Formats: sequence, structure tokens, C-alpha cells
Amino acid sequence: MFRIVRKQILNPSVTLMEVEAPLIARKAEPGQFIILRVNDEGERIPLTIADYDREKGTVTIIFQIVGKTTEILGNLEEGDAILDFVGPLGVPSHLEGVKKAAVIGGGLGTAIAFPQAKKLHSLGAEVDAIAGFRNKELIILEEELKSVSNRVFITTDDGSNGNKGFVTDVLKKLLEEGNKYDLVIAIGPLVMMKAVSNLTKQYNIKTIVSMNPIMIDGTGMCGGCRVTVGGKIKFACVDGPDFDGHEVDFDEAMRRQLMYRKEEQVSLDAHKCRLRGVDNA
Amino acid sequence: MPNMSPKKVPMPEQDPNVRNKNFLEVALGYTEEMAKEEAQRCLQCKHRPCVEGCPVNVQIPDFIKLVAEGRFEEAYEKITETNSLPAICGRVCPQETQCEKLCVRGKKGEPVGIGRLERFAADWYMANAKPKEVKIEKLNKKVAVIGSGPAGITCAGDLAKMGYDVTIFEAFHTPGGVLMYGIPEFRLPKELVQKEIDLVKNLGVEIKTNMVIGKVFTLDELFNEGYEAIFIASGAGLPSFLGIEGENLNGVYSANEFLTRINLMKAYKFPYSDTPVKVGKTVAVVGGGNVAMDAARSAKRLGAKNVYIIYRRSEEEMPARLEEIHHAKEEGIIFKLLTNPVRIIGTEDGWVKGMECVEMELGEPDASGRRKPVPKPNSEHVIDVDTVIIAIGQTPNPLITSTTPGLDTKKWGGIIADEETLETSKPGVFAGGDAVTGAATVILAMGAGKKAAKAIDQYIKSKN
Repeated sequence: MFRIVRKQILNPSVTLMEVEAPLIARKAEPGQFIILRVNDEGERIPLTIADYDREKGTVTIIFQIVGKTTEILGNLEEGDAILDFVGPLGVPSHLEGVKKAAVIGGGLGTAIAFPQAKKLHSLGAEVDAIAGFRNKELIILEEELKSVSNRVFITTDDGSNGNKGFVTDVLKKLLEEGNKYDLVIAIGPLVMMKAVSNLTKQYNIKTIVSMNPIMIDGTGMCGGCRVTVGGKIKFACVDGPDFDGHEVDFDEAMRRQLMYRKEEQVSLDAHKCRLRGVDNA
Repeated sequence: MPNMSPKKVPMPEQDPNVRNKNFLEVALGYTEEMAKEEAQRCLQCKHRPCVEGCPVNVQIPDFIKLVAEGRFEEAYEKITETNSLPAICGRVCPQETQCEKLCVRGKKGEPVGIGRLERFAADWYMANAKPKEVKIEKLNKKVAVIGSGPAGITCAGDLAKMGYDVTIFEAFHTPGGVLMYGIPEFRLPKELVQKEIDLVKNLGVEIKTNMVIGKVFTLDELFNEGYEAIFIASGAGLPSFLGIEGENLNGVYSANEFLTRINLMKAYKFPYSDTPVKVGKTVAVVGGGNVAMDAARSAKRLGAKNVYIIYRRSEEEMPARLEEIHHAKEEGIIFKLLTNPVRIIGTEDGWVKGMECVEMELGEPDASGRRKPVPKPNSEHVIDVDTVIIAIGQTPNPLITSTTPGLDTKKWGGIIADEETLETSKPGVFAGGDAVTGAATVILAMGAGKKAAKAIDQYIKSKN
């Protein structure tokens, strides 16, 4: 069992949890992920590691409540424990030798972009962070990003923070102004990573995206997480989750993401019915 | 006087049309009377050919004699002198190519039902006997075993009996490996696997779940933690795909994923359990091994109307056990033999809607000694399917080999280990089971586990 030592509500649907997992904390690197299970009938869900503290022996996860598992997880409190917590899985991001990087987060993806920015900053790279959200209420990690970046640009789809637009608008402007990046990291919804990759391709800037497909074991055994990269099948769990954004088949990934859309709803509805005492069986 | 019936006492089974709708065990097991009757068919040959055929050398005539005499507990103990997982072996071992193949009774009529008797003894013991308290003299030496499948469990059990402190590191949340995630409930009840694992724990073996070795610990770090030897029994690894168009369409599964969702994650109970599986109306399973049969029979049980086995050779070349092929046919699985998929066809929004295949014919023998299938010209045809399950084998998992300098692998990625001692190129590291051989059987993995335990014992003793 893995104890939750800190819980913080970042916005109405996004929660941060710092979890006691000393063995994982000892090894975790940016870009890697964990898989967790909340109870005996629970599914295994992958979550990218948002931060880690080797001395305290904790790993931080940040998740959005979208389905049954994250709903149950979100209802756990400090002192409660998560049943299974395994990692660190996946290949760490290669960030060494980068001089100037743009680190881009979309929505919840900002939580995963943050450790990358932090690591780049600690390696001495100049970091421009760009994060986009639907509206002002959903903004997360702004202060944290500021602490590890040279410049931070926050955009909202509706302009409610006074800076309307998409992350690609900011990146485009920065590139047009003559900023030269040797690496762009884009983490967020597939459609956003695709848009960033399309833009950086025109400028021929190396771009890393972090894929978060459906997964079971996370060790290469099931092949459910396969992604087409450069025309070849790759397993996000053992070959990724970082891939070259210019090589990823995003359209296919978007289709695959929808595979269990119906079942996810059924599962969540059944869960809510049980909570309300309605027998749905 | 031995029972001279040319046929085995029939195994009671669930009716095919009932069982293809449930996940309960197909074969129901012998009663005491049936077991005694079948045991009396054994001639108690002096030269014991059957024992030679067993990868773990179960003293077959001895245990069968005890069954015939009604001394079931002793029969079980006789088996477990050399085999720590009899309830499992009695069910999933390919006896027809091992012990029973060499049985003298098989020359005229059917061999003695050795597997059925083994299963009986184990089931009887689990239902009736109280596990004995084991007194083991501790050596105070630590050994790490990576993986809790048949190879790992066997090795750990044997080492524990010798007095070693054994820790098994398992990547999943539940121990058992392929016995839990791969082989379906209707062929190997999970409750029974759990009991076998509990027996090993009872010997003092510690099982640490959620531990992906190669990630959370490297092998060198395990040595630093005080383990004197390591046995790698991490299993087969990454599922292979065909490399044809359409394999990433929604509705295409590896057999590993399909079976893991059902067996380990209990998708057949969805939405009571949280993990779903998509079965569809018409399912094509590509491959001809036991895993393909398991996937096909599981799909049928989950409500698929038509389930096809698509295999590019003929039935004769199928690697699956005869019994599994027979059971699959009884349950209504349709075999499309000498058929090979060329591409999977999708709908506009990316879901499987069909599979284009070609007919094959058998040509000259290939490297495997089997006749090589070659496509027949102009035989392309499309089968309407909405789910495709690829069951054509696996490639080795790189998690350990890629993080262990000095651990040599074969070209295809399997770990190189001495055939007898299972020693690898890295001192103190032994490897066995599918991680070395590629996908094989439960009993071969157990045989490797036994060899490894012996070799590790010798290695540690020679070191000190």
C-alpha cells in the first residue's frame, strides 16, 4: 500500500497527490510514469510522474477526474493509501546538452511538462514555458513554472486571463521574433501536440511529445499502447512515452484513444449509481 | 490384476454448449473411484519410460500405485518430491508429447491418464489434507527470483526447501505470471493457482509485487542489497504483430492484451470490474498455438457469434495441444486453415470491419522441418470480422537485458544461459523459462526452475 502524504486540489477537476513510494522516488526521472490501481476490481491506469523527492521518498502525481478510477482516486484523502503503485516505467527524457528549450503544456499536460522544465533548468538550459488552458479557473502550476523558467506564457482559450489564444499562437510568435530553440517539448492533448509538431516541423526544430495511450501492464507485455512512429509500431510503455513529434501518427493515436469511450461512460455511470444506492446490475 | 481396458476412464466434462457460455472449468476431474480405476491401468513397468518423458522426473508409477491403493495424500507427496505445482501440471502439461507418449499402454490403446491422475491427487490434497508445517533449517543466504510464473515459483520453492531466503520480484500486482494473466479460468482456475502460490509462500518465500526489475532495481543493485544469486524468470515478453496494414485499427488485440484483460483484470465481469474488453460479433484469431485456442474460446464465452482460427498451415502443423483443438471445435470455433491474413480493413473512423486473406498451400519443408506454406495465386478473399486477435508469439522483453551490462543475449534477444546450469554470462545470474527459450510450455519453465535452484545452490556453496 502506498500512502498519500499530501493532497492539493489544483482546480475543480485536477488534483495533486504526493505519494509515499521511496523505491520509485529513488529512480524516477522526468518523462517516466507510474501505473496505479485503486482497489481489487480496479483497472490499471498510467499517470506520468509530475515530480519526485528522493529524500522524502515521495512521487507526485497530478490527475484529472475523467472516469471511475480517477473519481475514486480523487476521493482519497491524506493518510489514505493507494493499493498498487508501480514504476518508474518508460524511458526517461533525454534532456542533456540542450541550450534553449520551449516547454509547452496543454491543460493537464502542464503537470507533466513541469518536471521537464525543472530538469532542463537544473541542467542550465534557458527555458521558455508556454501553458494553455480553457479558462482562467483551470490554470495550474503557474508559480512552479515561473520558478524554473526564464519566461512563462499562459494562454486561455476564452481569454479570461487576458491572454486569449492557443499555445501554438505563442510559440509561433516567439519563433517569428527570432527565438532559436534547439528543443521543443510539447505535452498535452493529442490535438495540441499535433499542432505544435506541425508548426515546429516548418522550423525544423527537434520536438518531443509524450504519449499517454491506453495501457495495461506498462512493461511491454500487452501491446495495447502501440503507436505508429515513423511508420513503425512502437510500444509507448517500453519505447516511450517520449517520441519524436514529427514522426508520430497523431490521427491514429486519436482514434485509438476512443476505443473504450462507451465503456468508460458505462463504468462511471454504474459507479455513480452504486454510490447513490441505485442497483444498476 | 491391472485394469486392461484399452481406453482411459473418461474425464467428466461440462457439455460444450453449456461451457462455451461460462468461464467455469471445462474438465471436472475424476472422482476417487474413477481415479482408482484409471490408476489400475498402470502396469508398474520396471523400466519406467514415463519418468524419462517428464521434464521434472515425477516418479509416476510410484504415485499411481498409491492412488490405486487409495493412499491419495501419499500420492500427492510423492509427486511433490519433484514437482511443486501438480494441480497446474495435471491440467496444462502436454502429457501426450511427454510422459504419456512413452507409456507402454499407449502402444495398444490409450496410455494411462497420467495427467488426470496427477490432477486428481493434487485436487484431493487441496480439498482434504491439511498443509503440514514445514521445518526448514535456514542458511541465511538471500536469493532473488525475478518473475512469479512457473519457472520463478518452482525455483523459489526448491531453494526455500533447501534453506535459502528467497524473494520473488513480480511486476504485476498479482503473482502467478502467465498462470494468472494468460491461461484462462476455464482451463486453469485462478483460485487453484493462488493455492499453489500460497504453498510456496508457506515455505517462507517472500513475494514482492509491483516490482519491475530493470527499472526499480537493476541486477547490480540487487547484488548490493545482499542477494547472492539471481534467477531471471521474467517470461516471454513483447507480443509480435504481423506487420500488415491495419494492425493498429481499433478492435485489433494482441492475444496477450485480450487474455490479460479477461483473466487478470476480470473483464468478463465488467462493469463490476473496471477493465473492459471489446469482443464484437465476429472474431478472427490469427495463430495455431494454445494461446490462439485460449483467445478463441474466451471470445466465444464472451458472446461472439462466430469465432475463427486463422492459421496459415494445416491442422497437422498446429502447435496447440490436440485436446485444446478438440475442445475448441466442440465449442463451435471455426477453423480456417491454410489461410493467411494480408491486411485488416477498417471503417472510416478506424474500426475493424474485415480482414483480407489468401489461401495457402504447403510446399517444401522449411527450417522448422514443417512444410512451408506458400500463397495460392488469385486466392484473395475478405472475411467480415469486427475483432482481430493476433496470437503469433512474442519477442523478448528488453527491460532487464537493456539495463544489465555483461548479460549476453542471442540475436533475437533471448538471454543466453547454459543448458544444464542455466548460468548466464554474468556471474551469479541464472536465467530460465521463456526469457531464454522464447514462448514454450509451463512444464519446461518449471523444469528450468528446478535446474536453476540446483545450480544456484551449488554456485553459492562453492563461493563460500
